[in-house]
Amino acid sequence: MNGFLAILQRDLRLALRQGADSVMVVAFFIVTTTLFPFGVGPEVNILARIASGVIWVSALLAAMLSLERVFQADYEDGTLELLTLSPVSLELLILGKVLAHWLTTGLPLIIAAPLMAVMLNMDQDGFVTLMVAMLLGTPALSLIGAIGAALILGARRGGVLVSLLVLPLYIPVLIFGAGAVEAALLGISATAQLQIMAAILLLALAAAPFATAHAVRQAME
Amino acid sequence: MADFSGSDLTCLRGERLVFGGLSFSAKSGDAVMLRGRNGAGKSSLLRLMAGLVAPRSGDLRWNGENIAEDRTAHHARTHYLGHQDAIKPVLTVRDNLRLWGQLRGVRDLEPAIDRALTALQIHHLARVTGRYLSSGQKRRTALARVLIGQSDLWLLDEPTVGLDRESCAELAQLITEFRGRGGIVVYSTHIDLDVENPTILDLDDFAIPMVEWLAEQDDLEDMAPAKRAASSQEAAQ
Repeated sequence: MNGFLAILQRDLRLALRQGADSVMVVAFFIVTTTLFPFGVGPEVNILARIASGVIWVSALLAAMLSLERVFQADYEDGTLELLTLSPVSLELLILGKVLAHWLTTGLPLIIAAPLMAVMLNMDQDGFVTLMVAMLLGTPALSLIGAIGAALILGARRGGVLVSLLVLPLYIPVLIFGAGAVEAALLGISATAQLQIMAAILLLALAAAPFATAHAVRQAME
Repeated sequence: MADFSGSDLTCLRGERLVFGGLSFSAKSGDAVMLRGRNGAGKSSLLRLMAGLVAPRSGDLRWNGENIAEDRTAHHARTHYLGHQDAIKPVLTVRDNLRLWGQLRGVRDLEPAIDRALTALQIHHLARVTGRYLSSGQKRRTALARVLIGQSDLWLLDEPTVGLDRESCAELAQLITEFRGRGGIVVYSTHIDLDVENPTILDLDDFAIPMVEWLAEQDDLEDMAPAKRAASSQEAAQ
């Protein structure tokens, strides 16, 4: 457990000192979302109709943007090698790194999401559901994304590769995340969608650290 | 009294056979110096010893137990220093070292870091961030990591790179102290490090051409059933 906290603390400190990553992810999210009103026109009904989908797609893309860096820097400077060789289980360390990634990218997205919803004229009935859905969805994005980030270690043009690997796996989160908000906007209960999202999160929490650790060990060969 | 040995190790890197049939043995207080031309597999052997890579064949044993069986225990007793210093440019020397101490569960970590920094004469750099260190200072910081926490085995891959003459002497001194405490050191170096009577392992002796090795593998497979029959006969007798 100490190892988990140690790596979490270090990654948060690194993120704080470097800063740019979090800001970039949120800025990307806001800019992408802002492009839609320009593209589809300022018709408020249309924007309200597509708001939940637009917010989710932008969030997926923004979360993906930062994935490449999760392990890359540690891989290049030899830190990852030493983490693999530490007496703490690699799975736990990876979980710590993923939590740090979520705190620095997922959490800011959740805070920015309602602002974007206002901009897209989404009915305020959907706000709470949107935030709850993102609270369940974004950790799953970080966990699934970590597998992709570990798989591309050592590959050239990793950033493009990671999107090809990870985006298809994000589809369930997108479907149920947008579905939950849609349901709330129609005045139906979104419990079913949120439960499925919770299930996806639990599944990712159980499986992703092992898959990621395996991929990291493979990269050390 | 600890005992670290490897028998009949073969290392395959990608498509290339680095070395084969390598055996060694070291006891508490021993130092093993790896020699060999570039690409002879010094780093690969150290990575095998650290448990970072699995050997293609053969096994590594600590006190008679295969290290692959309990990797956590092996990692807890081993300090590995690779080519890279693993220093984050935005963190201070102290913060950089703290992580490794925490991962090892070192108690009284701050005094331990102080001692390590003093031993390598970089205590004045404790609050300097990684980006302002020279390459020699980075190497010393990486070496300081090796001094934090209990360990029985040091695997040092070219520890002298970037170090000046005095630092090399200090390093030799640290190695001697560690051996005095019953530690085992395996290191590779291109310059003469003043270590008392190390066992020399020349990797050039274990280089075997790929073709020969493949032929041998085929032989082994052909021979395997016959061998098994022979050994079962022996067992019956």
